[in-house]
Amino acid sequence: MSESARNILEITDVSKIYGPLKALETINLTVPPGQWLAIMGPSGSGKTTLMNIIGCLDTASEGAVRLDGLNLAQLTRAELTGIRREAIGLIFQQFHLISYLTALENVMVAQFYHSMVDEGEALAALERVGLADRAKHLPRQLSGGEQQRVCIARALINHPKIILADEPTGNLDEANESLVMDILHNLHQAGSTIVVVTHAPEVAAHAERVIVLEHGRVVSDK
Amino acid sequence: MSKNSFFLARMLMWSLLRRRSRLLIALLGVTIGATVLFSLVTLCYDIPRQLSREFRSYGANLVFVKAGGVGRMSLAELNQAAALLPAEQLVGLTPLRYESVRNHMLPYTAVGVDFEEARKTSPYWRVEGVWPARSGEMLAGSDVAEKIRLTPGQSLTLDGRNEAQERYDKEFKVTGIVSTGGVEDGFMVISLSDMEEMTGEADRLDLAEASLTSNSAALSEISAQVKARFPGLEARPVTRVASSEETVLSKLTALVYLVSLVVLSLTMICVATTMMTVVLERRREIGLKKALGAENRRVAREFLAEGLILGVLGGFLGSVCGLFLAGAVSASVFGRALTPEPQLAPITIAVSAVVTIVACLAPVRRAVDVEPALVLRGE
Ligand SMILES: Nc1ncnc2c1ncn2[C@@H]1O[C@H](COP(=O)(O)OP(=O)(O)O)[C@@H](O)[C@H]1O
Ligand SMILES: [Mg+2]
Repeated sequence: MSESARNILEITDVSKIYGPLKALETINLTVPPGQWLAIMGPSGSGKTTLMNIIGCLDTASEGAVRLDGLNLAQLTRAELTGIRREAIGLIFQQFHLISYLTALENVMVAQFYHSMVDEGEALAALERVGLADRAKHLPRQLSGGEQQRVCIARALINHPKIILADEPTGNLDEANESLVMDILHNLHQAGSTIVVVTHAPEVAAHAERVIVLEHGRVVSDK
Repeated sequence: MSKNSFFLARMLMWSLLRRRSRLLIALLGVTIGATVLFSLVTLCYDIPRQLSREFRSYGANLVFVKAGGVGRMSLAELNQAAALLPAEQLVGLTPLRYESVRNHMLPYTAVGVDFEEARKTSPYWRVEGVWPARSGEMLAGSDVAEKIRLTPGQSLTLDGRNEAQERYDKEFKVTGIVSTGGVEDGFMVISLSDMEEMTGEADRLDLAEASLTSNSAALSEISAQVKARFPGLEARPVTRVASSEETVLSKLTALVYLVSLVVLSLTMICVATTMMTVVLERRREIGLKKALGAENRRVAREFLAEGLILGVLGGFLGSVCGLFLAGAVSASVFGRALTPEPQLAPITIAVSAVVTIVACLAPVRRAVDVEPALVLRGE
């Protein structure tokens, strides 16, 4: 029990089955708090599926997932929604910003569904990703890199226990990629637990630990 | 909570204002629906009124005569009884007096009328030429005019004897030839005042024709009142016209209501389809909000609030457009201005809001049930 309390994430024998396809097969993975983990693997190897299970957007077909000591399999849909709200910060490859809201408002949306909006705090989050001067811009007025940084600010705003980023630099050029990696470095330094999916080795190289998936199995863990 | 409510209002506002083209499509759908609804219901209200007036065009529906139809009444008698007529439903009231007259030794019937009132009670009279405007002018019935080859502008002399057997004569200028399809085609139509002056006998009326917009029940009521209060007079409703008028009216109103119902359901389908498209387009946004931890209920409520705003806005615009549409229809079909029914606007707005929300329910529920993982995959 003390072991599980120490780990923020514990995945035991998790499989995800889509009809005849096993997207994940008996995955075992433990992540201590504050770790920066990178998940690599070819397209279709199950990286996004694993991220969705960790992020409470999906459930495992078999096996147990413990997030911060909670067994996700025992939770209802509404409770999983609550976990997403309280404990998880999501960063997507396609950003998924709301097109009709400004950068600032997009960050505030996360506060809105979490607890209470606080414009000053949202602005501070934008400042941390270097976008204070872009607060009033709509997503379409921002570059890809800037949109991804808004997305990061949104993921951070409610102080999540774990940050999940699925190919966060997949749509970015090198300059923006290094900006985003710098922000992740700062977060890591501040003690955040980070899981990043990527198939770019130079992105994975920033992490403390890299696991590689192939056909739904962990084939390497360094 | 108030900070969050304020933010919710801000989100809804931007969703409507910054997605302007989308908003306009949805708003257009709702507005068209509300316009059709408003104008049809307005016409439903107005058609009986309008048609009642149209039917009045086919003549008087209440005739005053001396009790039993024998003898002549005085103007004072008539005016007393006429005071019972509801002023707001009275289209016109004309006294009539008939006299036998001669022209070049040939006998004719002259009828004395109040030309101004006759135009109201008998708007179907077609006059070739102009209506008499001053003393000494007259209309000749079309049959008479044909027989003695009268044309507008000619003059003729009418003569005869009054009750005291005194001879009289007077020269008239024919200003127009009147055809009515009725007995008047064989008459010389002069003004009542000319007739009184010519015969030297005043205050004798054979009958008076009234045209009212009242229904047949109200006419019988008036008739009963006249009988009770003025035993010397009789007010006869022209029942045949009145009752057939009501049959036609009720059938027509039923038809308009039926058409409204059909149009309303078509409108609802149209609005529902539009809302479906609008909501389905935003599945990613819904998925994202759910991924951020929004409960289904909360997301659904936000969409319905947007629907409510659209419905109210569309209902308001529709009421304004509907008023113009109904006015245009009324003007082109009935040739009359419409009486606006302002109390229909809040009803239209409410119906349009309800219809929009109902139309949103199914697509919102479907969109909210979607798994965020699926829409956010975006491959
Ligand atoms: N909802 C689903 N239904 C069926 N198959 C799916 C579904 N989601 C993912 N898959 C399959 O699972 C496998 C892993 O997918 P994914 O986790 O997206 O891979 P990666 O992110 O590593 O590219 C793929 O073969 C994919 O086609
Ligand atoms: Mg993927």
